[in-house]
Amino acid sequence: MSEQPNVAVDGADPVQEERREFRSYVWGAGMALLLTVVPFALLHWARLPRSPMVIVISVFALVQILIHFRYFLHISFAHKREDLQLILFSALLLTIMVAGTIWIMASLALRMAMPAS
Amino acid sequence: MSRETAKYPGLNLSSAHGKDHEAAESLMFGFWVFLMSDAILFGMVFATYVTSVHATAGGPEPYQLYDIKSIFVETLVLLASSFTFGMASLALKYKHSTPRLIGWLAATLILGIAFLCFELHDFSTMFAKGGVPSRSGFLSAFFDLVPLHGLHVTGGCLWLICLVGQIARYGLDTKTKLGIMRLALFWHFLDIVWIAIFSVVYLAGLT
Amino acid sequence: MSLPYVLAHPLGRLSLESLPFLQMLQDPSGANVINGIIATGAASMVAIGAIVTFALITRYRKWGVLWSDWLTSPDHKKIGIMYVVLAFVMLARALIEALLMRTQQAFGLGGGFLSPDHFAQLFSTHGTIMIFFMAMPFLTGVINYVMPLQIGARDVAFPVLNSISLGLTAAGAALVMISLCIGTFSTGGWFGYPPYTEATFSPGVGPDYWIWSLSLASLGSTFTGINFAVTIYKMRAPGMTFMRMPLFTWTALCTSILMIFAMPPLTVATAQLALDRYLGFHYFTNALGGNMMHFANLFWLFGHPEVYILILPAFGVYSEVVSTFSGKVLFGYRALVVATMAIAILSFTVWVHHFFTMGQSANINAVFGIASMLIGIPTGVKIYDWMWTMFRGRIRFTVPMIYSIGFMLLFVLGGMSGILLADPGVDYQVHNSVFLVAHFHNVAVPGVLFGMIAAYHFWFPKAFGFRLNERWGKISALCWIVGFMLAFFPLYGLGLMGMPRRTVAYSEPAYVPLEMVALLGAVLIIVALTALVVQLWVSIRQRDTNRVFAGDPWDGRSLEWSISAPPPEYNFAMIPRVTDRDAFTVAKENRSAYQRLETYEDIEMPKNSAMGPFIAAIGFFLAFGLVWHIWWMVILSFLATVAAMIARGFARNTTRVVSASDVRKEHHRWIDAVSVATAISRADERTPANGGLAQHETEGVVP
Repeated sequence: MSEQPNVAVDGADPVQEERREFRSYVWGAGMALLLTVVPFALLHWARLPRSPMVIVISVFALVQILIHFRYFLHISFAHKREDLQLILFSALLLTIMVAGTIWIMASLALRMAMPAS
Repeated sequence: MSRETAKYPGLNLSSAHGKDHEAAESLMFGFWVFLMSDAILFGMVFATYVTSVHATAGGPEPYQLYDIKSIFVETLVLLASSFTFGMASLALKYKHSTPRLIGWLAATLILGIAFLCFELHDFSTMFAKGGVPSRSGFLSAFFDLVPLHGLHVTGGCLWLICLVGQIARYGLDTKTKLGIMRLALFWHFLDIVWIAIFSVVYLAGLT
Repeated sequence: MSLPYVLAHPLGRLSLESLPFLQMLQDPSGANVINGIIATGAASMVAIGAIVTFALITRYRKWGVLWSDWLTSPDHKKIGIMYVVLAFVMLARALIEALLMRTQQAFGLGGGFLSPDHFAQLFSTHGTIMIFFMAMPFLTGVINYVMPLQIGARDVAFPVLNSISLGLTAAGAALVMISLCIGTFSTGGWFGYPPYTEATFSPGVGPDYWIWSLSLASLGSTFTGINFAVTIYKMRAPGMTFMRMPLFTWTALCTSILMIFAMPPLTVATAQLALDRYLGFHYFTNALGGNMMHFANLFWLFGHPEVYILILPAFGVYSEVVSTFSGKVLFGYRALVVATMAIAILSFTVWVHHFFTMGQSANINAVFGIASMLIGIPTGVKIYDWMWTMFRGRIRFTVPMIYSIGFMLLFVLGGMSGILLADPGVDYQVHNSVFLVAHFHNVAVPGVLFGMIAAYHFWFPKAFGFRLNERWGKISALCWIVGFMLAFFPLYGLGLMGMPRRTVAYSEPAYVPLEMVALLGAVLIIVALTALVVQLWVSIRQRDTNRVFAGDPWDGRSLEWSISAPPPEYNFAMIPRVTDRDAFTVAKENRSAYQRLETYEDIEMPKNSAMGPFIAAIGFFLAFGLVWHIWWMVILSFLATVAAMIARGFARNTTRVVSASDVRKEHHRWIDAVSVATAISRADERTPANGGLAQHETEGVVP
């Protein structure tokens, strides 16, 4: 198959493009690093009560996941509709299935608790 | 800066790659769909874990078994490996020399194997403390989730080795390129799952 | 499990005792002898069937053809046909099992002739086979055949993966078949609830057969779902927007999305059960922190979308059949599309209705009960749309249309009993009674099965180039409809009278008359099946008089009818350009159908691949080894799987070219046949005069 040399793509200079995409990876990795270190540090040094800590961990995790999506997987709104629909649909189903499971099992744990074996 | 619509998830090849960029669309979308089903799979295993975390049946509890330092190291290692794979993807897209591409891939592999070594060490420490999967519902759930991720990473490492083999045999032809691009999606996906694991299992478990 | 042990037991826990007649010989009590004879009879049928098939293929020297034209073929049409063949074989087995169960229950007052264990295996295999190895392969086969043709594609997105999916499904079916000969099947029903299916209570091979056959089949279905979704998203002909796709393709799309997202919970549930059984984990055990409700929750997270996977393609078939045989455009296309999508999404929000009685709060039950009732609304919309399509159309009572009408009348009743069951208060009364059995058969048989049989009749001429015999088709349809009613309507009454499901015997004499009626229905269904077999036999013998090579025997509306019957391997000589819905009707109306082309191009097609049959074989051995604890077989099969995947990754030369001149020759052969064929009116479409070219009639039809 014919492979053109690295001519101008998307109307932009490939060297510039590469630099931009490289910076995107560095930025993403840096943010991810920060979003990792903070919760670990909080766990290790700050003695936060359970509920606030769980919220902090969840928020940092969610944001870091979005960072990964944006900077490593390059998912943005400039994507084909089906890619975005797929992510949205998967997220919706995941939420329904996981939240539903937790709701149901919690209710069962409350009402059907067995005596400790 | 104007950017055309990305044809598929992950780093898109530019039109400098000719037909490969077109051919990638179906394959990458298909692999992305597969990853979504894998995400649901992990989601269900997560749900099992979260609803089993109290089912310790008098056996070892999370705080007795989890080693936060080791997890921190593993997290950094895996994050680094995502970065090195990103560098490999760039090397592929911008047609840098093949040795350079293989170098980044090798770095990713080494980091991946390091991750697995740390993880296996964690498991053996847990076993030594009586944290075996057959001890309680909580431990069974733990050993479904974390080793499932580890098995995926192992598969990814094996796939990486095969891709290097394909580069050696065929050079960077269409199929090899598409293989590397799919592995990139897989690798980043596994890092995302790990974020959920260290947050839900370890950090939350030790709070 | 040490190396010395493995070496001392090369066949794991397989032994002579695994053969079906052994218990009968060791302990010849009356019950054992009867059950032993039935079991041995069944095993013999499998063994003899296999031997006869092998012998015939050898006798007629067809192994080469079988391998190169069918088993290694990546052609979606061939794969589709093989799926449907598998489905029919498994349908026969599962119907015989149903007859045995019905007979037992007709004589079940105070005993009967089947042992409880045998009866339990029967209802387990009947359910497992009907869902996973009859209905799923049937609909997968029909979608495989028809969908790429309807969207103007040459094949599915991943042809070799398609072949692998077929192989995995066939391996699962083979595992279920071999359980008749060696060992026993699970007695835990088709959804295998623990802790009954845990090692503590079911230490034998039964649940393992169930786990691994399901694992193989569900892996195949996940890949199929991915394949179909990518095909529909990425490979539609130019101009075919989503809102110009035929309804069958829409339902295929939603079905594939359901497959992709519903299979993972099943994978998790069965894998966790396997870990419990094999490695002593505690997901679902009674002791040490296990919780059986995890299984029920996971299973039905899969199980409910699964039943919509089963019904949506059937709804698609009915849309095609009803509009074609009413000679009218489908009424309410947009509403049907929205209804299909609504059903797909809602199907993930109702799963608790399968276990209302298991102890969660009334609030949870209420939410899921309401969701379950809501899902009836889009289905109702569809029924009305089909009725409005028929209204003031020119209806032809062909066999597919008879099934469709039977469906509309009977399925609505099943749906209504579903709405009744959706109310948790009602469900508490009739849960796990035969009322429930009546409900799900009432939706599965007139819904799924009639749809699949209608699809078989509708598209058979396209696939094989000749029509099926109408008379035997009508006999079969009538027997199916009446047989179904007789077999299942009594169960509504029996359920309300308090008869539980899955009971081998009972002590209430009032049940007997209704059981007898049900038995009559079951017999009639066997007659219906026999009529289908006779129909195929007669049709093959009469095929030369009923050829429809021109390709459009029914005055069809969508693209699959615009090519020859059977189609060329590459489907379309030139990919059509689509400008509207009902693309072929539009082409016929502006006289752009049946054109010779100006230029012909080379067509690139995928090469044959041995991956499909290879994965099938090692999948089977992997599963068999797991069931019988033959660890060397497991390890070797697993390594072979990995090696095959790696080898496939290194494969490069995977396509071949059909030359432009071959394409031109084939296309001209067809166009020449079309030009000499007589265009027949719809009145004559079931006569031998039908050569596959239809007059397009618009007189007397209100659009």
